[in-house]
Amino acid sequence: MKHRYLPMTEQDQKEMLDVIGISSIDELFADIPEKVRFNGEYNIKPAKAESALLKELATLADKNADSKKYASFLGAGVYDHFKPIIVDHVISRSEFYTAYTPYQPEISQGELQAIFEFQTMICELTGMDIANSSMYDGGTALAEAGNLAAGHTRRKKIIISEAVHPEYIDVVKMYAKGQNVQVVTVPIKDGLTDLSKLEELVDEETAAVLVQYPNFFGQIEDLAKVEQLTHAQKALFVVSTNPLALGALTPPGKFGADITVGDAQPFGIAEAFGGPHCGFFAVTSKLMRKVPGRLVGETTDEDGRRGFVLTLQAREQHIRRDKATSNICSNQALNALAASVAMTALGKKGVKEIAIQNIAKTHYAKQAFEKAGFEVPFQGAHFNEIVVKVNGSIADGNKALLEKGIIGGFDLGRMNSDLKNHVLIAVTEQRTKEEIDALVQEMGALHA
Amino acid sequence: MHKDNQPLIFEITREGRVGYNLPELDVPEVDIASLLPQGMQREEEAELPEVSELDIMRHYTALSNRNHGVDTGFYPLGSCTMKYNPKVNESVARFPGFANIHPLQDESSVQGAMELMYDLQEHLIEITGMDEVTLQPAAGAHGEWTALMMIRAFHEANGDLDRTKVIVPDSAHGTNPASATVAGFETITVKSDENGLVDLEDLRRVAGPDTAALMLTNPNTLGLFEESILEMAEIIHGVGGKLYYDGANLNAVMSKARPGDMGFDCVHLNLHKTFTGPHGGGGPGSGPVGVKSDLIPFLPSPVLVKEEDKYTFDYNRPQAIGRVKPFYGNFGINVRAYTYIRSMGPDGLKAVTEYAVLNANYMMRRLEEHFDLPYNRHCKHEFVLSGRRQKKLGVRTLDMAKRLLDFGYHPPTIYFPLNVEEGMMIEPTETESKETLDAFCDALIQIAKEAQEDPEIVQNAPHTTVINRLDETKAARKPVLRYTKA
Repeated sequence: MKHRYLPMTEQDQKEMLDVIGISSIDELFADIPEKVRFNGEYNIKPAKAESALLKELATLADKNADSKKYASFLGAGVYDHFKPIIVDHVISRSEFYTAYTPYQPEISQGELQAIFEFQTMICELTGMDIANSSMYDGGTALAEAGNLAAGHTRRKKIIISEAVHPEYIDVVKMYAKGQNVQVVTVPIKDGLTDLSKLEELVDEETAAVLVQYPNFFGQIEDLAKVEQLTHAQKALFVVSTNPLALGALTPPGKFGADITVGDAQPFGIAEAFGGPHCGFFAVTSKLMRKVPGRLVGETTDEDGRRGFVLTLQAREQHIRRDKATSNICSNQALNALAASVAMTALGKKGVKEIAIQNIAKTHYAKQAFEKAGFEVPFQGAHFNEIVVKVNGSIADGNKALLEKGIIGGFDLGRMNSDLKNHVLIAVTEQRTKEEIDALVQEMGALHA
Repeated sequence: MHKDNQPLIFEITREGRVGYNLPELDVPEVDIASLLPQGMQREEEAELPEVSELDIMRHYTALSNRNHGVDTGFYPLGSCTMKYNPKVNESVARFPGFANIHPLQDESSVQGAMELMYDLQEHLIEITGMDEVTLQPAAGAHGEWTALMMIRAFHEANGDLDRTKVIVPDSAHGTNPASATVAGFETITVKSDENGLVDLEDLRRVAGPDTAALMLTNPNTLGLFEESILEMAEIIHGVGGKLYYDGANLNAVMSKARPGDMGFDCVHLNLHKTFTGPHGGGGPGSGPVGVKSDLIPFLPSPVLVKEEDKYTFDYNRPQAIGRVKPFYGNFGINVRAYTYIRSMGPDGLKAVTEYAVLNANYMMRRLEEHFDLPYNRHCKHEFVLSGRRQKKLGVRTLDMAKRLLDFGYHPPTIYFPLNVEEGMMIEPTETESKETLDAFCDALIQIAKEAQEDPEIVQNAPHTTVINRLDETKAARKPVLRYTKA
């Protein structure tokens, strides 16, 4: 068969078989026992030509309501933020996206330097000493932080706030199960981690305390107090954060976090139905040799030129094999590159401006909801999300909002029956005043 | 390529430059200090770059010019399947209806995405011969661990609590034993025999009532098909263990042998290898897991199901192991893999494997006179040469790999698998032409000749790259992992 990705000609094939000294390709598969040999072809859809396939898949894509066409107020860990147009131009350079892990530094300086810059930007935003080259996503990064803490402290209990993203909590529990580590959750009070409950729970068996900042409800946790309770028992203080919020918020490093993780999706990475995104993992110098995943370091060649290499690989699975503390192999390098471009474009001033815009617009939305008679139960400081209490079914309401060109907020009743009739509304800098007003008005009509 | 240092983005920053603009704030300004609790407002600004848009494009274009990808040149990196990454995949993944949808939207508003995922699962079920597939794992190693956690849950559900050991061949990829450890198992190594295959006697010795699973790649990392796979399955199933298929090498057997027909109970696939998700400089990947029916109850939650004409996520899975990743996997990579499979069709996928294997055998025969070939039989999609002949001349495999850079190639995987001295693992893939394979073989043959006649040129390679060999010891001894302003 002739296919545009397969350059083999009949003449090539003949010449190659001659060199091998066989007469047919089938002979190369003669070592597969007859009993397990698959004969014939897969029963799958036939090949489709490029133009026809593009048309079919475009039609499929058009069945979805996307945030280019709709005004999205859905956040809960994945956000519709400004993506500088240059991000896609950079990550579309195939020297980046068709390369693999930079095992040969002499021909991979571009990727290595880009990651080194990413590591630096994450350190700057989080206030941590060291950041790795990326993780699968924020949820698995948090889970790896829990396991790191258990290994480091040789303690078998981790404590996680229920104000952490519920799917992140699920992943933390999953990873902990593999290592036979116990996970204890701390309830919430007024949309924040209940600190008196935390104080009761944290003890000398505790490996780590995991909180989210801003938390799942958009509220800003009292990190100073959590740090104090955590370190009093010599447990590790782990913060899962939104790096874009750190344009305006004091970074976790300033509060003595031992590990700061999160997802760089807010910086130039497509929502893409939940992935691929880009986890990051940052620590204090003390934990440098415990970090999972790949690290890029600076060095020199024999002529003294600066260059970059993968380093401290003795930590990693391909060296340690069954002694490894993490099995992570690939990372999310291309998305780390996307995030780097977005962080660079926003730069020192822009990251602050965009964070403040999020706070301002969310504050405006909060006041608008309250003015329209809605209860906003959690009155603490917020970043770009608020919780609104409504009457009637949120699922039905969201369906009706779609008709109006709006993607509604997250139905908190889906995760917690105590929060039935509560919706989590995200307002990023992308939302205009008119869109916010329209949302409040429509919800007023639907949920009065 | 320039041999000058490429400045870091932080070194070209100038106060007052910007590379963005945002719309004017259209709601009233707020006093952040009054909205945030004391101490929560950031005081010191993050030292991010201050550069113009052109500065950014020049910077990253310069970096890309210092990087070798498949589109730059041949990349026969064994076990990584560095095939062509079709451009149509990239276009489809960027359709707004795929790129700009939120994972928590009402299901009625993402039916197109769910239909694609479901149909991809159906295709992967047929390709692997399994009964069900989950797309949740983010990468190959993540898939390995997911499957092992399912095996653990399966044994626990049977009250079989003493199955603490996972058997892994000595030729296995490092992620296999690491995944076993992270899933809470102890790893037992089974030896290879003189033919490079799993030693059945040794397997019988190590398998027993404490065996949870055997993890196996077939063909193995030497590129050799494990002919005794059915006996191995019988041994493992005979002691009550499960058989795990590491799909890293699926490119070798598509339409020729399916893991499900070889006796495997579960499998992970690397969609970024076999199914052309781009490698991205290290990721993102995608590592779906397929299982036979008795493991279905343990699949991570949620499971995508079709109810009449509607797709929905089923969260009501009481025996599910839990969730291995937020949301539903690396959807963007899955879209690319689906586009690829639909572009190839059944005859295309069959040709992929046939040409990948033909290419590998052709190269192996062209090179066998010039290097040691430890296992002399037909290979599958890759083969492993040994540089021990050249080592005696003072030229190591590392030197030959570096010399290949001067010819414009990415070298093969080196020093792996561990059971071959001075190993060079070559995987050409099916998307390379005979001219490319010939030119690469000519280069390697010339390097073998240089090793005899002019070893220094190899030992001191590379000579043409933007940088010479880097001091890795220094990098590890005094780690500099971020830029700090002088």
